[in-house]
Amino acid sequence: MEMQNAFMAFPWAVVLILLPLAGALSCFLFPRICRTLGLITSFATVIAVVGLGWQLLEHGSYRHAIGGWGAPLGIELYADGLSLLMLATTGLVGFAISVYSTTYFKAAVAIKFWPIWMCLLAALNALFLSADIFNLYVTLELLGLSAVALTALTGSKEALNGAMRYLLATLLASLTYLLGVALLYHSFGSVDITLLAKQIQATSAVWAALGLIAVSLMLKTALFPLHFWLPPAHGSAPAPVSALLSALVIKASFYIFLRLWFTLFDPLIDNEAINTLLGLLGCAAILWGSIQALRQTRLKLLIAYSTVAQVGYLFLVFPLSASMGSVAWNGVAYLIISHALAKSAMFLSAGNLLFFGGHDRIADLDRVVQRLPLTAAAFALAGVSIMGIPPSGGFIGKWLLLEAAMSQSRWDLIVVMIIGGVLAAAYIFKVIGYTFSPAEVAHEAQPVSATMQWSALLLAIAAILLGFLYVPILTLLGISDIIIASGARL
Amino acid sequence: MNWNDWIPLLVLMSSLLPGLLIFSLAEENVQTRVMLNLFGALAKLALVGLMLWGVYHGHHYETRLPLLPNLDLVLRVGPLSLLFITLSTILWLVTTVYAIGYLEDSPHRSRFFGFFSLCVTATVGVALAGNLISFLLFYELLTLATYPLIIHRGTEEARQAGKIYLRYTISGGALLLIGTVWLYSLTGSLEFTPKGFLFNIGEQHYPALIGIFALLITGLGVKAALVPLHGWLPLAMIAPAPVSALLHAVAVVKAGAFGIIRVVYDVFGVEFSAGLGVLKPLAWLAAFTIIYGSLRALFQNDLKRRLAYSTISQVSYIALGVAIAGPIATIGGVVHLVHQGLMKITLFFCAGNLAETLGIHKISEMNGVGRRMPWTMAAFTIGAFGMIGAPPIAGFISKWYLGLGALNNDQNWVIFVLAGSSLLNAAYFLPILHRAWFMPLPESWPDEHHFGNKETAWALLLPPLVTAAMALAAGLLVTLPFSPLEWAKLISVREFYQP
Amino acid sequence: MNPANFYALIGIGLFSVGLLGLIINSHLLKKILAFNIMGSGVFLVLVALARRAENIPADPVPDAMVITGIVVAVSATALALTLMLRVVSETGHATLPDEVEK
Repeated sequence: MEMQNAFMAFPWAVVLILLPLAGALSCFLFPRICRTLGLITSFATVIAVVGLGWQLLEHGSYRHAIGGWGAPLGIELYADGLSLLMLATTGLVGFAISVYSTTYFKAAVAIKFWPIWMCLLAALNALFLSADIFNLYVTLELLGLSAVALTALTGSKEALNGAMRYLLATLLASLTYLLGVALLYHSFGSVDITLLAKQIQATSAVWAALGLIAVSLMLKTALFPLHFWLPPAHGSAPAPVSALLSALVIKASFYIFLRLWFTLFDPLIDNEAINTLLGLLGCAAILWGSIQALRQTRLKLLIAYSTVAQVGYLFLVFPLSASMGSVAWNGVAYLIISHALAKSAMFLSAGNLLFFGGHDRIADLDRVVQRLPLTAAAFALAGVSIMGIPPSGGFIGKWLLLEAAMSQSRWDLIVVMIIGGVLAAAYIFKVIGYTFSPAEVAHEAQPVSATMQWSALLLAIAAILLGFLYVPILTLLGISDIIIASGARL
Repeated sequence: MNWNDWIPLLVLMSSLLPGLLIFSLAEENVQTRVMLNLFGALAKLALVGLMLWGVYHGHHYETRLPLLPNLDLVLRVGPLSLLFITLSTILWLVTTVYAIGYLEDSPHRSRFFGFFSLCVTATVGVALAGNLISFLLFYELLTLATYPLIIHRGTEEARQAGKIYLRYTISGGALLLIGTVWLYSLTGSLEFTPKGFLFNIGEQHYPALIGIFALLITGLGVKAALVPLHGWLPLAMIAPAPVSALLHAVAVVKAGAFGIIRVVYDVFGVEFSAGLGVLKPLAWLAAFTIIYGSLRALFQNDLKRRLAYSTISQVSYIALGVAIAGPIATIGGVVHLVHQGLMKITLFFCAGNLAETLGIHKISEMNGVGRRMPWTMAAFTIGAFGMIGAPPIAGFISKWYLGLGALNNDQNWVIFVLAGSSLLNAAYFLPILHRAWFMPLPESWPDEHHFGNKETAWALLLPPLVTAAMALAAGLLVTLPFSPLEWAKLISVREFYQP
Repeated sequence: MNPANFYALIGIGLFSVGLLGLIINSHLLKKILAFNIMGSGVFLVLVALARRAENIPADPVPDAMVITGIVVAVSATALALTLMLRVVSETGHATLPDEVEK
């Protein structure tokens, strides 16, 4: 009983932020054992998430004032169902990628990878636990800078160019966001989300802030047409980094968008025009991203454009949440998690293929299904989730969005979602088809370690299994004390 | 623990688990692989037998797992599902034996049998699905599991065939998905109920329901090879013969036809569909497919292609039976599910034998083959006559009931379609038989393999003989309580006469 | 107009100038300078808007935010400059390639 109480009262939220920071520092100070330290930290983060989850299930949503200083002057941490799910996804995917990276990176690069990855993890955790918009700015910046540094890790020409473009885009976005924060603070004297939500009104300053913040987060999440930085960055980073970027980093800015949209800007969002605009951009992202993916000859670029398309699906929650709010909300939460699992599995598989054959040209994949069956299976299973074919987490998310769209007779969105699924099938099966055929010229093959193959495969299997787990996920999602205008609980 | 709730799931597992295990076997592990295959097939047969006995004694078997809010994954055993699942199980066993013989010394057998088992799992899932969402899940799984079998050989031609297959089936699946979501949002339910669950819907929704029907039938029609959605089937013949035999004559194509039966009987209800006016177009489409398939078959020289077009034609008998909307026609359509399966699989097995033993792929190469491979050609003859509709083979029974049902419902034009189709069937099968039995032997066969004194390997010879015998028995022994015909009658009674 | 709003407008002006510079210039160093100007603009807005009325003391919280912001901007600039130097040493140009590589 004592143990259980101690377990309950333990500040898991604070641990989630401090632990990776400590990990980063120790990886930097002890480069020889950085792999082990990183792996341990990553695993400990998963344990901490479990602890937090238990806490949330027992007590409902959780607030923690750091140092005892509450809002509006102090920094508060806030955890509810949505943040828990994001933290869990980060923890699990992060752990799988950590396992993968222990074998992927050679020592010289590993010394640089681990400390920065730990910083990224700290930034992600802090972001999902933040309760005020300025803290979100700080964590966004930390996230962006770590991500850029990781992208540039290999030092190749493409990687450096991609990283530079990414850096400029992310900094532009952060400053725009900060300007929005400035306007909000000036109007209401607080940066705490809950306090702001109580006082918010539709003045012109607030509209301006909404515009600035929305644009900045769209840029960070790579929503069409502000997606230009994503393919070069995700396509030329090392595979585990691409996995982190597509699966987790993008979701962080989207998470902020969701939070602020539905809590802070609630009185403003019934506007037809904005919802239509977001819907339109989402549809454009789905179509454009999928078509571009189909045209790629290199696997990692194909996967990167696939991410651009999938982000479009996420933004469809805004036009769909008007009535029947919680169905679309559940759908998008499901899509976030399954995309994180599936996309990271895909990038890790691509990493394996790159390692194996020394290249990632799709047409030359040379009977990979026979020589790297686990990797081929990982790619195929992840693809099933991305296509939204049952059984998979992607299907559940897609079904929920379709259901929401059908109930509002949004046939335009339905058609686009379905076409997106068909196009996804086209580019994924294109790759799978080539894995069965021999290449014209045989290539030298490097053996791929079992750790690398299995981490990719397990992530893909998780994406499929997610299709059967709607009950626990929706229960967790329901832990919240935010109720939006349409009566849906977030 | 209530065992009855888990039996359907166990039936699925009996092919899923061996399949997953087979994937991990090395190529050389022939013994283990054969053991796993046969064990899975026999276990499934045993479980199906158990369910048959159980249903006969009034037990209920249903597995429910939560899938989506308010929608469960349901596996339920009823007469229609038992019909399909028994057919699939018996034919899987037979085809496994055949495949083991056919693919001896071929590369990538572990991969092949792994996906083969996944296909059967998906087919069984389709048969057992208790609501439209579960059906959709396994239907799509079937697409995913059959694709690797089509491109198994890894050649450029196979890859192209696979690409076209996917274009059709993925698009079909998308249409099925839209129809399902639409239906769910309109009615809030997707459970398969005898006589359908739509009779309470207000009239203002009728246009929407017609749209839903069109979407569902089109989605299902892709796999059922209704014209003009049939384009993938002849190309898919590039797959090895066991694949063509089981999947394209029985499992994939039948899954589509089975889906059409389910949608018309257990979602819309036959009377309601007739009232909506959607059955007439379906009947025309089916009739057109019947004639078109037979016409195209006439002009094919490649044996498997001719059989493929014959399949396109024959499977539409099932759709026709459903669309004529009478109890007797229902019997004809449903029982043809079984009969066509038995006959067609025999024909494909024989085609595979000819290719494997003598290198024959074209009909023009078949001169006198009846004297070289008498047993194989005997089985082929039985299958062919069944297709034409000659008694006492099973095909005659289905055509008889279809014709009777059409007359009963004042749809006399169907008789002409049936008669025309029989004539065309005769036109493209009889010449083959004539060639095989009555033409002189050629100098040499294209690519002959010898099997000692036997005409071909046991594993290749027995399956067609068994299925041909079953086709004969299904026709001769129709009055026995467990014959497919009696079963079809039971299903029809449930749909039309029980409250 | 009151001084606070005047400085705020200048801040927004700086932000816009920086934004324009970021988009128009192709030389990386100019881009980095542009984004620094944008940063200064935002900080000016924050500080200027801290004075809500003439007779009450200015709000100290925005100062804290600006200090945090400056620290972040310095680290970001450091990263940007290092990255730019690496880009120059690898590619020989201080610009980004115009086409996204296929």
